[in-house]
Amino acid sequence: MSLDLPAKGCRETPVLKERGQREVFCGLTSIVWLHRKMQDAFFLVVGSRTCAHLLQAAAGVMIFAEPRFGTAILEEKDLAGLADANTELDREVARLLERRPDIRQLFLVGSCPSEVIKLDLHRAAERLSAIHAPHVRVLNFTGSGIETTFTQGEDACLAAMVPALPATQARELLLVGALPDVVEDQMVDLLTKLGIGPLRILPAHRFAETPAVGPNTVFALLQPFLGDTHAALIRRGARAIPAPFPFGEEGTTAWLRAIAEEFGVDRAHFEAVTAAPRARAQKAVAVHAETLRGKSVFFFPDSQLEIPLARFLARECGMRPIEVGTPYLHKDLVGPDLDLLPEGPVISEGQDVELQLDRQNAAAPDLTVCGLGLANPLEAKGFTTKWAIELVFTPVHFYEQAGDLAGLFSRPVRRKAILRAGGQIGGAA
Amino acid sequence: MKLTLWTYEGPPHVGAMRVATGMKGLHYVLHAPQGDTYADLLFTMIERRNHRPPVSYTSFQARDLGADTADLFKATAREAHERFKPQAMLVGSSCTAELIQDDPGGLAEALDLPCPVIPLELPSYSRKENFGADETFHQLVRALTKPMPRTAEVTANLLGATGLGFRHRDDVTEVTRLLALMGIKVNVAAPLGASPADIARMGQAHFNVLLYPETGEGAARYLEKHCGQPWTKVVPIGVGATRDFIHEVAGLAGVSPKVDETGLRLPWWSASVDSTYLTGKRVFIFGDATHAIAAARIAATEIGFEVVGLGCFNREFARPMRAAAKAYGLEALITDDYLEVEHAIAAAAPEMILGTQMERHIGKRLGIPCAVISAPVHVQDFPARYSPQMGFEGANVIFDSWIHPLVMGLEEHLLTMFREDFEFHDEAGASHHGGKADLREINVPPAETVVSAAHVDTAAPSAPAQPGEPVWTADAERELKKIPFFVRGKAKRNTEKYAAERGVTNISIDTLYEAKAHYAR
Repeated sequence: MSLDLPAKGCRETPVLKERGQREVFCGLTSIVWLHRKMQDAFFLVVGSRTCAHLLQAAAGVMIFAEPRFGTAILEEKDLAGLADANTELDREVARLLERRPDIRQLFLVGSCPSEVIKLDLHRAAERLSAIHAPHVRVLNFTGSGIETTFTQGEDACLAAMVPALPATQARELLLVGALPDVVEDQMVDLLTKLGIGPLRILPAHRFAETPAVGPNTVFALLQPFLGDTHAALIRRGARAIPAPFPFGEEGTTAWLRAIAEEFGVDRAHFEAVTAAPRARAQKAVAVHAETLRGKSVFFFPDSQLEIPLARFLARECGMRPIEVGTPYLHKDLVGPDLDLLPEGPVISEGQDVELQLDRQNAAAPDLTVCGLGLANPLEAKGFTTKWAIELVFTPVHFYEQAGDLAGLFSRPVRRKAILRAGGQIGGAA
Repeated sequence: MKLTLWTYEGPPHVGAMRVATGMKGLHYVLHAPQGDTYADLLFTMIERRNHRPPVSYTSFQARDLGADTADLFKATAREAHERFKPQAMLVGSSCTAELIQDDPGGLAEALDLPCPVIPLELPSYSRKENFGADETFHQLVRALTKPMPRTAEVTANLLGATGLGFRHRDDVTEVTRLLALMGIKVNVAAPLGASPADIARMGQAHFNVLLYPETGEGAARYLEKHCGQPWTKVVPIGVGATRDFIHEVAGLAGVSPKVDETGLRLPWWSASVDSTYLTGKRVFIFGDATHAIAAARIAATEIGFEVVGLGCFNREFARPMRAAAKAYGLEALITDDYLEVEHAIAAAAPEMILGTQMERHIGKRLGIPCAVISAPVHVQDFPARYSPQMGFEGANVIFDSWIHPLVMGLEEHLLTMFREDFEFHDEAGASHHGGKADLREINVPPAETVVSAAHVDTAAPSAPAQPGEPVWTADAERELKKIPFFVRGKAKRNTEKYAAERGVTNISIDTLYEAKAHYAR
């Protein structure tokens, strides 16, 4: 198979860089899905009531299921003197670990308030690690809004784990990024059938399964927002396999192919393993592509998934991206996706939400991908929207989810048509 | 530091957003880091607003920290004014900006914007959402309202309804109707639905109706002092409270307290024989103080429940809450820690919970029916249909919404009672009609296996008991399971207490029934 590259991709497209009001989540939000993946980890945010309120709003109904995250809320007395804050933190951590003896890894998660008062959580993590070793390991990363946007919280978390990974000389494939279990199983199954291994996954389900890393490790990213983790792994001597991200039939095939080539899998075997799931994925996407073909799409920045998703929608669903906004653009990471994305859309990095809304209004796209703060207001103006957060929580990677992924975008378009035809049963849709 | 999972209230700047979003023609410039815009979705999703909250954020990032953030604030305020041309602006800090100590009020003053700019001081590390709303409304009224001549006809302001308020939309409508029945017009309802220009003419009303003390009392007190307007102390939630409210209003306005009650159905619904089974049902009530106190009165005097627990999460109202609880012979529970609430509920072992979203989930966990009476609430408690809590229609709404979970409770109990039935067993599916049910073989009664198993373990206790703990015989344990699930915990505890007091170590069926007779009320 060879990917038919567009005459001109978007790699060299000048990027519109903007600063101003940003309508995005902070990195703390990542905790909501990360804690599901790492089953013996607890995420303790050191922050304000705002941080706790955000987690509550983002976690929705999940917060009632005794989740493994919480917020140590800073109070007035904590702001008065710093030495006191460390003692307070130690006490809260001790209480927490006593109540939850099943916890093996504790993450101290920095927030805007803890960073502005310069509470040294790195030292706190070292101190607490020493106190609670060997049963519990304590690490820290930042999920603050001043440093991280939404999915970047996962990057900060994984990057914090990399220096602590054990060393190895083995040639192993490390797969990086938290995926829903069902998707992870499919991925492992495909790679195993291709004869690739041993496979290691970061983050592991449990502390005991922590992967090792070394100069013979090769790694593949599963998500585009893992820039710091990418750099940290390279610092440990590991080598990256560049590839488009595994969205859609084409993305998944290209991703698998890059790894197969690294591991010397012969072409016939590759075709034999991938032919059936590829056909299934193409068939499933085709159903939704009928609704999406020829329609324009506008992405507000949210998760850094925007560029690979725009590539999928443009090439496999026939959509026409007008603007693809991303909170951060790691050209090294999404370069292969930019190569495949046909020239045309504005690529924007950062945000001034008012100016971007003006552009969106003027462009009047058929579908707008945006956050929940903008979705209903845009719907009320007559635009059709797809709220972006769902793309992070729903299984969307690899072959079997390709149809579901296209369905996430086609559903609001079909819904708009159904409701417009409302009242005329069996009438003109 | 305090470890928190659930918060009953957001930070105070969210309270300010509730005021700004409820109003028109007002814009709030919030000095806040990237990410604090999450609060927008409370309004666009939970309340389903069709516009963005009128809030501009400075969205400062790490690289801006230093002298830059003050300029960022000024630029944001200037651009917000140019773009939205509001009648007035609020300016303030979120928790992080409070730490970097830029002064939004001073910075905005330097801009000399051509509209009133009201600075907000909201201490994020000691106060919470309701305080933020109350203080913001108070500051708005302080800045914009002046004493004025009274309107010719009798008018009143409605104070305290905000964005994201539990049933505020329909309460305002219902109280407006109620006042209209008495010939009183509403001058301004604020903050919800009002503009700064409306706030400016609040001084001409004859008196104020304080709908929600949590979010309007600061303004009511200010208006009393500076515009000479008295304010109502009774919140009209429940039949009795609504009648008291009408009398209070009649006194303030000098009109007749006689109003048309033809639409009021709660009293007859509650008197009808179908409601007899509600008598003495043990109910635990928790929420904001205003709703919890009102709910307790309805529960005790209008529906005939027994109030076995009463409390609130907002400390500001601890005093009236304690007084209210005393009237039911209870110690008020004042806490914002949901684990404490959960313990209190488990200890009181009620048959029903009236609470917030959190208590709804506590109820789920403990298997106790629950109805929501107060914020914080989720999207389903911003209904499309008309559903006030206040006034006579509010009483009707309350009767229905409290009783439904109980009817469901009975239904579930009946299904549990019949669970070994050939038609209703666990695997039978949702309906036994329509040929879908997987009926049990009637000829082989499942009881047989149970009997033989019982025969084996009657002699031995079912689990090794701790020393000092009573041991349930298998017979007694089976008998216990026949008791409705929502009182089973209480029966178990009472029996064990009864046994312990008498030095009985083996609990038999007889012990169970002796205890029952002993504790019979």
